[in-house]
Amino acid sequence: MTGEAVVSLRGVSKSFAKGGVTALQGIDLEVAKGEFVSLIGPSGCGKSTLLRVVGDIVEPSAGEVTVNGKPARRARLDRDYGIVFQSPVLYDWRTVAKNIALPLEMLGWDRSRRSARVEEMLDLVELTGFEKYHPWQLSGGMQQRVSIARALSFSPALLLMDEPFGALDEMTRERLNMELLRIWDETGSTVVFVTHSISEAVFLSTRVVVMSARPGRITSVLPVELPQPRTFETREDPSFFELVTRVREALHATGADEVEEALPLDEGIA
Amino acid sequence: MRGRSAFERVVVFVLVLGGLWALWEGYRWLWLRTGWTRPFTVNEYTLPHLHDIVLQLGEHTSTGDDLWLFLLHAALFTARAAAVGFLFGATIGFLLGVILAQFDVLRRGIMPYVVASQTIPILALAPIVVRGLGSVTVGGSPPPDWLRVSVIAAYLTFFPVTVNTLRGLRSADPRALELMHSYAARGWTVLWKLRVPSALPYIFTALKVAATASVVGAIIGEAPASIQEGLGGAIINFNQYYTLDPENLWATNLYAALLGIAFFLVVVLAEKVVVRRAPERLV
Repeated sequence: MTGEAVVSLRGVSKSFAKGGVTALQGIDLEVAKGEFVSLIGPSGCGKSTLLRVVGDIVEPSAGEVTVNGKPARRARLDRDYGIVFQSPVLYDWRTVAKNIALPLEMLGWDRSRRSARVEEMLDLVELTGFEKYHPWQLSGGMQQRVSIARALSFSPALLLMDEPFGALDEMTRERLNMELLRIWDETGSTVVFVTHSISEAVFLSTRVVVMSARPGRITSVLPVELPQPRTFETREDPSFFELVTRVREALHATGADEVEEALPLDEGIA
Repeated sequence: MRGRSAFERVVVFVLVLGGLWALWEGYRWLWLRTGWTRPFTVNEYTLPHLHDIVLQLGEHTSTGDDLWLFLLHAALFTARAAAVGFLFGATIGFLLGVILAQFDVLRRGIMPYVVASQTIPILALAPIVVRGLGSVTVGGSPPPDWLRVSVIAAYLTFFPVTVNTLRGLRSADPRALELMHSYAARGWTVLWKLRVPSALPYIFTALKVAATASVVGAIIGEAPASIQEGLGGAIINFNQYYTLDPENLWATNLYAALLGIAFFLVVVLAEKVVVRRAPERLV
């Protein structure tokens, strides 16, 4: 690993008082600046919880979390990261433009600065012309692009994404994968990406972190050395299949039988 | 949009009105003809002709005015009391809802009293409050009649608004709350930018209930406190002379109903302007 760590987790554990569930145990992970790291694992392996620990939305029971070299809480108060959820979580009563401007309002940006940035963001996610629309007038894929634009609007160094494309159809998902990589390339941000699609993890990432369930632990970390930038041809590259197979084997090694049902059938050989 | 055309709406309105008229007059005709006495005997007092009620509006009353004008004045008096009471009650109800939603301890402590306040029969409370306020002096004279009456309207208004505000403020999407947390948003920012907008459909549902309740409250506030100028006074008055002119009371009820509908429609219009929401997600 090269470069400074944007995210650093040391000995992080999380157990929930209710039912005494151990969601995370002994997590050590460093994410360097400019990396695209995917967390993959069976349902209930705590990958979403891990993402929330990084964002200081969930407090760890033990361990140390730093973001940009600061404690996670400080980083959150400094608005060091943007977050995207599986559902777009747009405010129905706000237009697309005002949804994107929401974090900017909280940062106290004035109106002209906000609208200039909103325009840039709409251009970035290719939604120019839709600023006056309300969320319910957009397709699921467009809504998620608004959500990404909102997360990036204040140029955070880190982007946390919790299965952002999990609810979309395969075609839309592949298109948004490409778009996300373009945005990642253009903004130079660091991404931590939760998914349970093996091919998505391999296609997008510079590293794939495989987790096991109950308790949630990191079982292996696989570097993805596919050439950048990734293209539609990347998915047809033999080394892509090889990596998909390796991630799958790593997942099976965790004894996670639930994984099979959580994955689309068209993974791997086309 | 899936809304009907204006023409269709008018047709439906006329058809429903015609249907109600046919039911009323058909019932009257059948019961008079057969001499049935159940569930009640039909005669000029229990069920006058609808057209007689409407025609009565053109008759003189003892005050010298035609009935329609007399009732219009009465309705405006009641409307003022109801509107002021509605605004007052809705504001109090909203603020109380916000406070109770913010502070859990207060909610548990105060909510039982809020509920209890609505179990006291308004008919028993109204004369005490309205008469009582008559002996209070503000700036040398007691508050005007309509203002005292508006207190009763407010009393009936605040409760549904409080309950629904409370419910609405707690209905915000948990993910949206996490999002606000990620922005390090302060409590008041979360309230203003997320919780209140999320609550608006709930609040407007309450306001629709409260709009008609405020009219009822104003009428009930006038009636037992012998305040003459409003619809409540007219009801008491015409009730005493019911055997002479039953249509007068019916006509008064018609005005009261129209006033309630007008209040309701104002809230519906306000909702259309204020609430920007996917049509299927309106509460």
